[in-house]
Amino acid sequence: MEAFTRLDAAAAPLPLANIDTDQIIPKQFLKTVERAGLAKGLFYDFRFDEQGVEKPDFVLNQPAYKNAGVLITGDNFGCGSSREHAPWALMDFGIKAVVATSFADIFYNNCFQNGLLPVVLKAEQVAQLMDEARGGNHVVSIDLEAQTVTSPSGAVFSFEIDPQRKQKMLQGLDAIGETLQAAGSIDTYEMKRALSQPWLEGA
Amino acid sequence: MRPMPGKTLYDKIWDAHVVDTQDGEAILYIDLHLIHEVTTPQAFAGLRANRRAVRRPDRTLAVADHNVPTEGQALGVDAVADEEARLQLQTLGRNVEDYGIEYFPMGDIRNGIVHVVGPEQGRTQPGMTIVCGDSHTSTHGAFGALAHGIGTSEVEHVLATQTLRQKKAKNFRVRIEGEAAPGVGAKDFALAVIGEIGTAGGTGYVIEYAGSAVRALSMEGRMTLCNLTIEGGARAGLVAPDDTTFEYLKGRPATPKGGGWEMALSYWKTLFTDDDAVFDREIVIDAAAIAPTVTWGTSPEDVVAVTGKVPSPDSFTTPDKRASAVRALEYMGLEAGQPITDAKIDVVFIGSCTNSRIEDLRIAAKIAEGRQVAPGVRAMVVPGSGLVSAQAEEEGLDEIFRAAGFEWREPGCSMCLGMNPDRLTPGQRCASTSNRNFEGRQGRGGRTHLMSPAMAAAAAIAGHIVDVRDYL
Ligand code: SF4
Repeated sequence: MEAFTRLDAAAAPLPLANIDTDQIIPKQFLKTVERAGLAKGLFYDFRFDEQGVEKPDFVLNQPAYKNAGVLITGDNFGCGSSREHAPWALMDFGIKAVVATSFADIFYNNCFQNGLLPVVLKAEQVAQLMDEARGGNHVVSIDLEAQTVTSPSGAVFSFEIDPQRKQKMLQGLDAIGETLQAAGSIDTYEMKRALSQPWLEGA
Repeated sequence: MRPMPGKTLYDKIWDAHVVDTQDGEAILYIDLHLIHEVTTPQAFAGLRANRRAVRRPDRTLAVADHNVPTEGQALGVDAVADEEARLQLQTLGRNVEDYGIEYFPMGDIRNGIVHVVGPEQGRTQPGMTIVCGDSHTSTHGAFGALAHGIGTSEVEHVLATQTLRQKKAKNFRVRIEGEAAPGVGAKDFALAVIGEIGTAGGTGYVIEYAGSAVRALSMEGRMTLCNLTIEGGARAGLVAPDDTTFEYLKGRPATPKGGGWEMALSYWKTLFTDDDAVFDREIVIDAAAIAPTVTWGTSPEDVVAVTGKVPSPDSFTTPDKRASAVRALEYMGLEAGQPITDAKIDVVFIGSCTNSRIEDLRIAAKIAEGRQVAPGVRAMVVPGSGLVSAQAEEEGLDEIFRAAGFEWREPGCSMCLGMNPDRLTPGQRCASTSNRNFEGRQGRGGRTHLMSPAMAAAAAIAGHIVDVRDYL
């Protein structure tokens, strides 16, 4: 996983609540056996019409936002299916952080597995970022170490993040490798459980 | 000194599975890992790349469900027409073979939707931790198991370590008390709960369902209720196990037998919330006040009683909610203030891990019996598993459906998410027993109204959304 420390990137406003993972990456793109190449399916039904032609009014199709690295959006982003294809598609498109008032739980968790930073800010702060992102200068700065988002006009907003998650993001740590350091505890747990709940063994 | 407060059911299961704690995160042991073709290929690829083994293939079970066609399954995977779906199914076949994981492939009578198969086989048991790369894993909570969906990186983590890194959630109790009216069931309860708390209302919580109306539900009903928990934002839903649970489990292929059964039973009977346990949040819902419920919009929280009207966007409090409501009405082709029963139906889908079990099919068949699907409506029934299908055929339900004009199809996820050929076309309106009414979920431009199997069957007959109580 790539480490996330600091990001200066164009921010795209997407002012809708409850954007679900079916909208982030529709099912026809889930048939892949790869992680890469999912950018083409990102927000597919927002970006393209029935003929597969780009809809010019959708934010990520506008020249100013084609290289966006940050998405500013409404409540409960990423609800619905557990598909990790959602963060993969966002990352593959070049989005490295999503700012919202709240996130759905599984999506939020999946972000951290992939080095995509989900940032929770207050409603009025998100509204201000949304407004500014619509204007001429859309570049926001996110500093994970300092836990701040700086708006295009220079307003600084602090955000909360779980300290362990932050550390892992900063270092780009692999969760499996870390857990395997506790392999001894897993062995012990399994031995104890084989005695206390023998019906779970030897199926 | 104050005495320690009691524990909730969630606390008990959690405590029993903490292997270790690293940096404030628990390493939680996983008793059962269910896998399917769509969310696992990248996980197995990761294992191979890092030369890691599957720690407990015996605690892992694989099925093929998300993109299998619902006809011609006996022809096998190589006959699946969709090339990418075929590749995913073949990839799963190879992975389970390489790693020695039990697999019910397409066409095996034991195969079906992962959340139907686990309980049916008795793999799902009280007190377990269960995960699957599918958000509706919450279904298994009906047995008093802590069960939730995970992403593909976590699938890889569980395959490699048989554990998951987790932070503990908060406790939320939803009590549904009293007696439901005839024609009102678990699906209506679930939609009413989501309507009450909103799709993000459960975020950060594990929900325990309690109360006399929940106790009165069958296992099928409890599974429907827990299944929809994720649509309320909570990862997991729980119902404490009781005699209904034990009755259902006894004699299933994977449940313990003989002395093992007695031992397991005495443990399972300790799995309840202590009287003095404290919940971070609690709501009480009056079952008698719940009418048959349907959705009008594109989020499962967009619910309305079948006797009600499509709401106006002005009735929402925040600007982004109003914007979403305007968009939803346009997408759904509905007008604010319209009675919901005005909505004409093109397609009826009875299936999905929410409502494709034998009881669901029995209820729908009862409504369909001796009646005819309205002209111009395509109605399909997709059983949740090969075993459900066989049972229904033994009871003659397939004949009832066919005689009424329903299609009787082979098991799988089917039109719940339309990864296989069963899909809505743009503008088609569907009465669906599934769990998500998102834009494009059942096919691009398709319009989904969620409802119970009884309501869906009645809609098929009437040709529009209708109060099932007129058909009892
Ligand atoms: S039936 Fe639908 S919700 Fe259930 S597992 Fe299949 S795709 Fe997911």
